[in-house]
Amino acid sequence: MISALTAENIACARGERRLFDGLSFTLRAGQALAVGGANGAGKTSLLRLLAGFLAPFAGRVVVRTAEGDSDEAETRARLVGWLGHQDGLKPQMTVREQLVFYARLYSAPLRPSHLGGATGTSPAGAPRAGEADLISLLEQVGLSRQADLPCRYLSAGQKRRLALARLLVSNRPLWLLDEPFAALDSAGQALVADLMARHCGEGGIVIAATHDPLGLAHESLTL
Amino acid sequence: MSGPFVTLLLRDLKLAARGGGSAALALSFFALVATLVPLGVGADLNLLARVAGGVLWVGAVLAALLSLDRLFQGDFEDGSLELIALSPLPLELAALAKILAHWLATGLALTLLSPLLALMFNLPGNAMRMLFVSLLVGTPAVSAVGAIGASLTLSLKRGGLILPLIILPLLVPAVIFGAGAVGAVLDGIAGGGALGLLAAFSGASVLLSPFAAAACVRLNLSS
Repeated sequence: MISALTAENIACARGERRLFDGLSFTLRAGQALAVGGANGAGKTSLLRLLAGFLAPFAGRVVVRTAEGDSDEAETRARLVGWLGHQDGLKPQMTVREQLVFYARLYSAPLRPSHLGGATGTSPAGAPRAGEADLISLLEQVGLSRQADLPCRYLSAGQKRRLALARLLVSNRPLWLLDEPFAALDSAGQALVADLMARHCGEGGIVIAATHDPLGLAHESLTL
Repeated sequence: MSGPFVTLLLRDLKLAARGGGSAALALSFFALVATLVPLGVGADLNLLARVAGGVLWVGAVLAALLSLDRLFQGDFEDGSLELIALSPLPLELAALAKILAHWLATGLALTLLSPLLALMFNLPGNAMRMLFVSLLVGTPAVSAVGAIGASLTLSLKRGGLILPLIILPLLVPAVIFGAGAVGAVLDGIAGGGALGLLAAFSGASVLLSPFAAAACVRLNLSS
């Protein structure tokens, strides 16, 4: 788990252009930060920097965990649940296959804690390994009827919902969300809001680049 | 770490089997080259046998190249590569898994097809066996060296056109040793020397290229 994330005077430059400079904030477990700003202000770059894809031009990012403080990008990367502009889905794979793939890639079991204690069974009536969790997870994001549908048949909003399910499956404490409400209808937006609130309630940290924080964030930052 | 490695390997094999048909394209290209050359050279069976090693080796390398540009490209474009980079699987092992999947889907398939195509070149049985073994030993180098080029050209538009220019010069040793081993058997000499050099080149490529490819992927993810 993560107990705090601190950005200390971080600066980010893309080419000749300095996007932001001297940016500092601290988030503790259970807090959410909404990052706003005009298009091109550096919201996505900030998230990529926090995830460790980009190195800061100046300053550092420190995470506090049970093992102590670390400003290494590799350490931070192992804590990040990422929802980027792209959903990371393959059109040839079914909804179920996508989730199983990411669960195994992240060595994360499909745990009942994602699912509000719901259980499911196989068509034959007997629960299969991981299956109950997966079905409940899909029900949670409203995709249980599409479980065996290849992703190429999903709408943009349904793909976003599947990406949210994948985020839950990754079982990471630090969520970095880039425009999490994009392509979602009002019910989908409410779902995101609910998931973010629950993640914070479970001691996670959420940082979302969004034009529409829906009043969820405990802190806000405008670039 | 074996779990995520195998998971990524199996997913890439599944995608190769389901989508795009790049392996089938490579096999078709290889078969067409092997069919056209005898038609162009004529019915001189001795000459055909003489050039068989070189032609089939060059054909196999070019056929494998057809699918190499998609080795990381698809994952880069749909955001999967970011998620793989954030997973517990080190990028070096992720690159190795993708190289292995590419070889199993393409290089191994080309190798298995080669004895059939060698018949069109009137290649004697012992030379045919050497061709098969040399392709079995050498095609992993094509996938491995190709991975470096594929990762290097990841964020370039039309990078697939530049890819052969980067890779082909690096694969000259594989073609020389592979065709040389077949030629040696035709000359009545044991081709073990050339095959040993090919194995050394292939082993070094497979061992070192994941590190280079992972570094190139990191570079592209930070851009």
